[in-house]
Amino acid sequence: MGRTLLENIFASHGGNDCSAGDVVWIDIDNRTARDFAGASVVADLEKYGGESPVSDVEKTFFTFDCNVPANTIPYADNQHRIRQFARKHGLKVYDVDAGIGSHVVIEEGMGRPGTTTVGTDSHLNIMGCVGAFGQGMGDVDIAYSFKTGKVWFQVPSSVKVTLDGTPAPGTEAKDVALAMLRRFSSHELLGKSVEIYGKWADSATLSDCITLSSLATEMGAIIALIPPNETVLKYFDMTRQEAVYADDDATYEEEYVLDIDGLEPLVAVPHSPTNVHCISDLEDVKVDGVFIGSCTNGTYDDLRLAAELIRGRKVAPGVMLKVVPATRRTWSRLLEEGLLKDIFNAGGSVSNAGCGGCASGQIGMTGTGEVQVSTSNRNFAGKQGRGKTYLAGIGTAVASAVLGRIASISELEEVE
Amino acid sequence: MSHELTLNGRLWVLREEDGLFGDIDTDMIYHNAHLAVTDVDKMGQYAFGNLAGYKDFAALAKPGDIVLAGENFGSGSSRQHAVDCFRALGVLAVAAKSFGAIYKRNAINSGFPIVELPGLPDSLFNHFSDAVLDLENGVLTSGGTTYQGLPMSTVARDIYIAGGLFEYAEKMNGGNSA
Repeated sequence: MGRTLLENIFASHGGNDCSAGDVVWIDIDNRTARDFAGASVVADLEKYGGESPVSDVEKTFFTFDCNVPANTIPYADNQHRIRQFARKHGLKVYDVDAGIGSHVVIEEGMGRPGTTTVGTDSHLNIMGCVGAFGQGMGDVDIAYSFKTGKVWFQVPSSVKVTLDGTPAPGTEAKDVALAMLRRFSSHELLGKSVEIYGKWADSATLSDCITLSSLATEMGAIIALIPPNETVLKYFDMTRQEAVYADDDATYEEEYVLDIDGLEPLVAVPHSPTNVHCISDLEDVKVDGVFIGSCTNGTYDDLRLAAELIRGRKVAPGVMLKVVPATRRTWSRLLEEGLLKDIFNAGGSVSNAGCGGCASGQIGMTGTGEVQVSTSNRNFAGKQGRGKTYLAGIGTAVASAVLGRIASISELEEVE
Repeated sequence: MSHELTLNGRLWVLREEDGLFGDIDTDMIYHNAHLAVTDVDKMGQYAFGNLAGYKDFAALAKPGDIVLAGENFGSGSSRQHAVDCFRALGVLAVAAKSFGAIYKRNAINSGFPIVELPGLPDSLFNHFSDAVLDLENGVLTSGGTTYQGLPMSTVARDIYIAGGLFEYAEKMNGGNSA
């Protein structure tokens, strides 16, 4: 019986001939912690780590992205505690200027197809976007990985989702992810490794893959693995033989086909990412602010699209547009190509690279009663402040900023 | 910390309008405003501080309580705080219809017992009734009623008995032989 994609990644990392239900110890290629919970990892290692708390300094590093640069004293204290620990043990810190850790891991080439990464970011399963294993864990697990290079993992059941058809023009990867949340909610894929196949996955850009895989957490899945397509292999300068795929005769607990042919843009309505509706089904919803960024929709491609859509237009009076590029590299490219100017001239604010409003950090919190459209991944009550957050893709976010109400990209195109 | 495989306590049943409270995410359990706290003893006061109807949980909970909830308890972020806040209050265990994946392993690794009760009828157990939770076999008994859930996995049991992941690793010679 053939192995699934996740089973093959585990098999090449010490998991041997594992299958669903087995508990295996996995070798971890990238052992990371961020400014949130990183200080707890340091505390664990100081308590339990002994004289050599880090087994391999080349594979172990910190990424600051939640609260960058620190705007609360406790975060500043935690970040500095981490820096001091890192200096003492010779670990690299991707500091407050670097951007979202999971994206940095991909950009720096460490999170390549077939690799394993753990960290304190619950969206680290975003690594599924390149057919790699990633998992967010608590500080105890992460401290253990720093110390030993391993974590235990119960091999999840694998399911196969084939995305069938071609979405309508102007529909983005975010809408495809929202269509999955509408179909599967947060229970049907709970605890599963989900492999994504079909025409959409074969032709998706790396940005598209990042967006889709970033929402696996909201689906309750362990990970959404997209087998590396030609575009992704080219990004890493890899051949198909160097990446990891499922065996041809792999068996899945369940196989689903989701029809996304002609799919139109969608919105997740407060207060759940699974509360997904068509834009046309919503009553007139006035917005106070729009947030563009996060690990879900903060790549260069995302922000270039935002800049192109808003170029020559203005944010509606009384509406805030807050833009946070995912990484410093993204920032740099947007700067060099003049795209930040388009956003700025339209009335948008652009912050330094990082996670934005998630985890109470940085930028993009809402006050009581405030309505926000966000390209991020969670709209739970209280998550990004006290307001109401609607989750959407870039086109919907820009259209809503310009029109001052939740609107689709097609409505934007009707406006000069 | 308790390493007992059978727990006796008072059942704290979390309900919303249509039954057992489901999809309680980590921001409802332990809000992100308090993430900078690293001292476990200071985390108890924030337990369920953002859960509608249960914001006074920390003041009313007693050591020995067993929390009972619906589907997908602890979905959301990876914060260990959402487990540690219960330990700080002396809560013995959480039983739920299902758990978020990261929450589940955070609980196991810190030696905090959780029991999965898939398919549990919403009204089977009463709030504040005395209960017995058999961790190893995954059985909850209260008010003369018994419900069979999922038995503990071997790794969860071993880590729990050791008192946590690092304590377990010490037993296993640093984990490398495991």
